[in-house]
Amino acid sequence: MKHTFTLTVNGRNYEREVEPRLLLSDFLRHDLGLTGTHVGCEHGVCGACTVLLDGEAVRSCLLFAVQASGREVETVESLDSGPQNLHPLQHGFWEAHGLQCGYCTPGILMSLVPFLRENPNPTESEIRDLLSGNICRCTGYQKIVEAVQLGAELIQEKST
Amino acid sequence: MSTRHFGQPIKRNEDPRLLTGRALFTDDVQMAGMLHVAFLRSDLAHARIREIDLGGVQERPGVAAVYTADDLGDFWQPGPLLVPPPPVEQIEFHQRTQVPLAKEKVRHAGEAIVMVVAESRYIAEDALDDIYVDYEPLDAVVDLEAALADDAPLVHDDLERNVSASVVQSKGNWAQAEAEADTVIRRRLLYDRGTAAAMENRGIVASWDEKSQQLTIWDTTQAPIAIRNGLAAMLGLSEHQVRVIAPFIGGGFGPKIMMFYPEEVLLAWAALQLGRPLKWIEDREENFYATTQERGQVHDAAIALKRDGTVLGVKDAFLHDAGAYAPYGLTVPISSQCTILGPYVIPNYHSEFVSVFTNKPIVTPYRGAGRQHGVFVIERLLDIAAREMSLDTMEVRRRNFIRPDQFPYANEIIFQDFTSLVYDSGNYEPALDRALELIGYEAFTREEQPRREAAGERVGIAVVNYVEGTGIGPYEGARVNVTASGKVSVATGVGTQGQGHFTSFAQIVADQVGAAIEDVHVVTGDTDLFYWGAGTFASRGAVVAGNAMHAAAAKVRAKILKLAGDRLEAAEEDLELVDGQVRVKGVPETSISLGELALEANPMRGGVKPGTEPGLEATEYFGPERGATASGVHAIILKVDPETFLLEIEKYVVVHDCGTVINPLILDGQIQGGVAQGIGNAFYEQLHFDENGALRNASLMDYLLPTATDVPNIVSDHVVTPSPLNPLGVKGAGEAGAIPVGALFAQALDNAFRDIGLEVREIPLSPNRLFELVSEAVAEGAR
Ligand code: FES
Ligand code: FES
Repeated sequence: MKHTFTLTVNGRNYEREVEPRLLLSDFLRHDLGLTGTHVGCEHGVCGACTVLLDGEAVRSCLLFAVQASGREVETVESLDSGPQNLHPLQHGFWEAHGLQCGYCTPGILMSLVPFLRENPNPTESEIRDLLSGNICRCTGYQKIVEAVQLGAELIQEKST
Repeated sequence: MSTRHFGQPIKRNEDPRLLTGRALFTDDVQMAGMLHVAFLRSDLAHARIREIDLGGVQERPGVAAVYTADDLGDFWQPGPLLVPPPPVEQIEFHQRTQVPLAKEKVRHAGEAIVMVVAESRYIAEDALDDIYVDYEPLDAVVDLEAALADDAPLVHDDLERNVSASVVQSKGNWAQAEAEADTVIRRRLLYDRGTAAAMENRGIVASWDEKSQQLTIWDTTQAPIAIRNGLAAMLGLSEHQVRVIAPFIGGGFGPKIMMFYPEEVLLAWAALQLGRPLKWIEDREENFYATTQERGQVHDAAIALKRDGTVLGVKDAFLHDAGAYAPYGLTVPISSQCTILGPYVIPNYHSEFVSVFTNKPIVTPYRGAGRQHGVFVIERLLDIAAREMSLDTMEVRRRNFIRPDQFPYANEIIFQDFTSLVYDSGNYEPALDRALELIGYEAFTREEQPRREAAGERVGIAVVNYVEGTGIGPYEGARVNVTASGKVSVATGVGTQGQGHFTSFAQIVADQVGAAIEDVHVVTGDTDLFYWGAGTFASRGAVVAGNAMHAAAAKVRAKILKLAGDRLEAAEEDLELVDGQVRVKGVPETSISLGELALEANPMRGGVKPGTEPGLEATEYFGPERGATASGVHAIILKVDPETFLLEIEKYVVVHDCGTVINPLILDGQIQGGVAQGIGNAFYEQLHFDENGALRNASLMDYLLPTATDVPNIVSDHVVTPSPLNPLGVKGAGEAGAIPVGALFAQALDNAFRDIGLEVREIPLSPNRLFELVSEAVAEGAR
């Protein structure tokens, strides 16, 4: 039994027929080919699969694709406009070496986008609290924290 | 002169792709007609398989194929032994390696029994429910000591005991040291299992192209070349028919170099059978059983000292948990055996171990690879000795350090690379001094700690030392090619899992050929682009492949200078390589670009001088005579909550010596990440197996990985003692952050609870376990 549903992903409208049990993460990655969203645990702990649903960070491994029906999804692929044209937050991560294997990174970036919108000048402990929902096994978080601080500055510079 | 890239904190070439979600990971490979694989895995740790009832699974819509061990025919073979037993005189060794699918018997929970191939992963997993396996449960071998009891059940029925191997190594004469000592301390020290838990689970895509007779494999492996060679041999193909690509990999840490995982051989084989591309992606639960683990050891250790704290000798006997099969030989326990010697002069050493088969997942190296245990044993022994003898802990260490003039220092036993354990270089005391200064040891112990303790706080300080054998052989190679576009292509066989090789290797090459860093394009881990090599393990990428890179780039530089000298009619000494140009020094107008030169080096017409090779290209190999010894000191101040026994790390210092530094940004990242894993290993992460060998916490909900609120900022500094064993002077750094953290936590907790005489003799801990240990110490004190 399949369901037809429509949704917007990164500004594009899609109409698709899927099984109701298909996870949003699998739908994005395999049906739409948006493989920037990663899956690390499939049970809502690691945060690697984080995307925005109507602007809010959600774990796409905990949602069925059809739950996004009629809604708007944004993935990491929506952040930049080409590799030469990174989002300021991505610049922050690049400059501060905020990633190693990079597997956790898309999920972290997508968790940060709404966070920084709400808190343009976060303190270190606010940043660490937010990050505690995303597991990174490579970096030890220190440079991610620095990357967020730098990213926050760059976002502000850009908007002024 | 152009700016030098080597040694600079250069941001990474690979990052834009990773940051934008455009980097290719194995699960991102999508092919037309692709089928998906799921495995039926054993729920039991030890059982005979009476019968497998496939229950009509083949008829389920969407199922393409189902395989059990019997269906594999002659292809069913135990995997190869990756590392043969070392050339040690006193050794017993029984080779038992993993099988593709369990036949007759399962030996650990999660061992694969049936492989299902279907149109989607969802269907493949549904199909697993159709299958019923009738087991005869057997008693499980879980505890290491019980495993060796006379009436213990046997993991491998054809062995007399659950002994995978036993090894004795010694230097000097322990008995004499013991007789001459003023004090001998004996302790039992425990280390338990954890898992690497890379954020990306394992995965494989295999595709056989009938027309070109080519097999292509995308694999989350740290050793693509070895995988290609092995698969070609197993499948009866030539190596040129098999291409293994290790694309971007979401963390390795050791377990991704296991060869061969059952899934690796099965997917390759089945892709040939079915003629369609296959994909298997491990899920997190499978990762807890099917990916290798490490760290279970039980040590009975003793140290003999003179009254002034001089160490006369160490004796250690330990049991090593090998898990159900031992494909990796003795790499881990030999590493533990060697690491116990640490940065100290230990004239007499007797060490013996028994590697024990258990009904638990397979053990292979995981970041540190046995070194954690070695550091834990020697540092604990020194701590406990100092306390019992009322000596200053740091003073005891200083007294026993190998002095700078004693290098190269021969330890007279065999290391995991089969060479004699010789430290190439080191300078330990300045690193200790620097760490004491950065942590503020004096001020803390004199003033701050007493003050805070008087106010009812529990705070502890610790400082531990370690050495790390890194950068072992056999060899790696690299090819450097300046292309007509002016860009430089670089290829090497080692795979990369986040260590920044695309950048550090580019730095090495850019300096030689005078190119901009972003114009050096590094390819790693594609067997079609570089044929030879061993793999990324034992902190060797930067050392071994880095030096091969350097040699190849130097050769290309020589070619550039020669050709440019002819072309610009200048002596080679008068030329400089800057910004992608070869210029005559002082006459920058007289120049030629690397791209133009590359074009000229590959003429389409006309004669060339005899002996001329086309192109600005060179391939070189580097094989160190033995490993380079890195070393370091970690220091910590931590606070224990007296109610909850949760810890707060107030300060963490690392002073590290890994020889010459290629990229300090990347190095700091490696250290910080290693420390985070070490913290997890010391206080959060433990795999809990019950008496039946079932794993009780196989999810990230129950197996706690450190998060951003658990890991502190790390203050780091470097001492540089270049290795004389390679031209760049580098030593490995990949594991250093993780190695000494268990020993560090133990010392710090002892220090925080010194009033009640706490003595931590095991790792990992947890708030619960710490509470128990403290309660025991209090009870003992009251007795
Ligand atoms: S994959 Fe969704 S939270 Fe881990
Ligand atoms: S960079 Fe590897 S998991 Fe975060």
